[in-house]
Amino acid sequence: MFKDITLGQYVPGDSFLHKLDPRTKIMLMIAYIVAVFLVQRIEIFALVIIFTVAVTLLSKVSITYLFKALKPMKFLLPLMFLMNLFLIKTGDLLVEWWIFKIYSDGLKNAFFIVLRLATLVAGTSLLTLTTTPIALTDGLEKLLSPLKVIKFPAHELAMMMTIALRFIPTLIEEADKIMKAQLARGADFESGNVFKRAKAMLPILIPLFVNSFRRADELAMAMESRCYHGGNGRTRMRVLCFTWRDLVAVLVMAALIAAIVISQKLIPAVF
Amino acid sequence: MPIIVEKLTHTYMPGTENEHVAVDNVSLTINEGEFFGIIGHTGSGKSTFIQHLNGLVQPTSGKVTVDGFDMSDKKQRQKGRALVGMVFQYPDYQLFDSTVLDDVAFGPKNLGQSEEEAKKSAAEAMKTVGLDPELFGEKSPFELSGGEKRRAALAGIIAMKPKYLVLDEPMAGLDPSGRRDVVATIDALRRELGCTVIMVSHSMEDVARSAERIAVLNEGKLYALGTPDEIFSKTQELIDMGLDAPQTARLAEALRQKGCDVPESIYTNERFIEWFRGLKHV
Repeated sequence: MFKDITLGQYVPGDSFLHKLDPRTKIMLMIAYIVAVFLVQRIEIFALVIIFTVAVTLLSKVSITYLFKALKPMKFLLPLMFLMNLFLIKTGDLLVEWWIFKIYSDGLKNAFFIVLRLATLVAGTSLLTLTTTPIALTDGLEKLLSPLKVIKFPAHELAMMMTIALRFIPTLIEEADKIMKAQLARGADFESGNVFKRAKAMLPILIPLFVNSFRRADELAMAMESRCYHGGNGRTRMRVLCFTWRDLVAVLVMAALIAAIVISQKLIPAVF
Repeated sequence: MPIIVEKLTHTYMPGTENEHVAVDNVSLTINEGEFFGIIGHTGSGKSTFIQHLNGLVQPTSGKVTVDGFDMSDKKQRQKGRALVGMVFQYPDYQLFDSTVLDDVAFGPKNLGQSEEEAKKSAAEAMKTVGLDPELFGEKSPFELSGGEKRRAALAGIIAMKPKYLVLDEPMAGLDPSGRRDVVATIDALRRELGCTVIMVSHSMEDVARSAERIAVLNEGKLYALGTPDEIFSKTQELIDMGLDAPQTARLAEALRQKGCDVPESIYTNERFIEWFRGLKHV
């Protein structure tokens, strides 16, 4: 039942993007979001789209993955489009039919919002597509470590994320087994109303929780018996370090942002 | 009527890189009232195989019928499933309710029994597995010891009065006294309820004692099927497949290799002792 779920979107590879330091990638993702929000006119999105496609080609990740990332938004995007289309009532009246009126600003805004959301989601998904979850948490820990000064638990947070990621497949497998064990006892998860079905989930959730607590206990014991005592003075097997690639990537991103700002200033509005 | 398995094949994740044929063209019949053992190495497909007997997984090809009910048909499956009780390896996967009695009564309730009837069936089942309902009934299932948990899980299935009882590795991870308890419970079930028992194990020792017929699975295929005498005459082959042979069978095999004439039908302690005593007289 749960066997077919694929977790983590990471696509293995050794492209330029895969080899970037995870810290750089996280920062560049933030910069990318800023870039997308800097775009104020619809035609400037061409720059962002060209950039996203070029980076995707560079990463050697099939572009279909970007569309897959957009899949969860298959209701949100059309909804946003329609709301903007019909609810904005400024600009010239373009079409009028029964109670529906479409204005030029509405049409522009509808496309603008959809493009902004789509490029945002598709572009940022490149981070998880080219970075292993472990590298990601490592990078996050390093980036957050300056906050340790104000007692922010950067290492603990990263360790928690790593452990959580590690146990997702285990939990799925276990949920599958528990479900089968209860099905064999005649449990019925599929009929009845919402409340009845929620109650029918109890025989799955309780063993799942009990086993998780027991496992957490055992894991803590196993970590302590190997002298784990938090992040202080802990060295790493893979030390993160910046290379020329990271510099190039930062420069390219800076160029994109500059291009967006300049073209918005210099090129007169088309629409 | 028996359980009939015809040309059963099960493939996990067909059409992907992870495609894996877990059960490969297995045909066999399990007769009413018999004690049927299934042995195989880890990954031999034995767990996948038995899940078909209960309709928990559907065959990729082939057919399973339980007393004439086709387990791939949604309506018939419900009826067939009520006949086949399945006890999973880890009791932790099924114990959930606040008291042992309530937990054991979960199955009967699902079968449509009233609260009272279900509790009555639960108490009976607990007695059968040797858990005193007075003593254990109000305890939380999470307070029990490993062996007790396993018996509580077993009671949860027995309370549904299945005609066929499928046990997945019932002895794994138990200490010797826990093992003895489970063996005694299974024997009692056969005696008192006349259950057909299908027991799965990677250890031949567990199966050697009581199974009337044994199927050996290897890499998803049916490697051998026969009486214990027939199966354990191939001890060396089974050891090569990575199975745990009964200690006595290994001793007998070692003696044979040293040139001692031990008959091949000797693989249990009782028979070995009998044979050894016979030797002294000669």
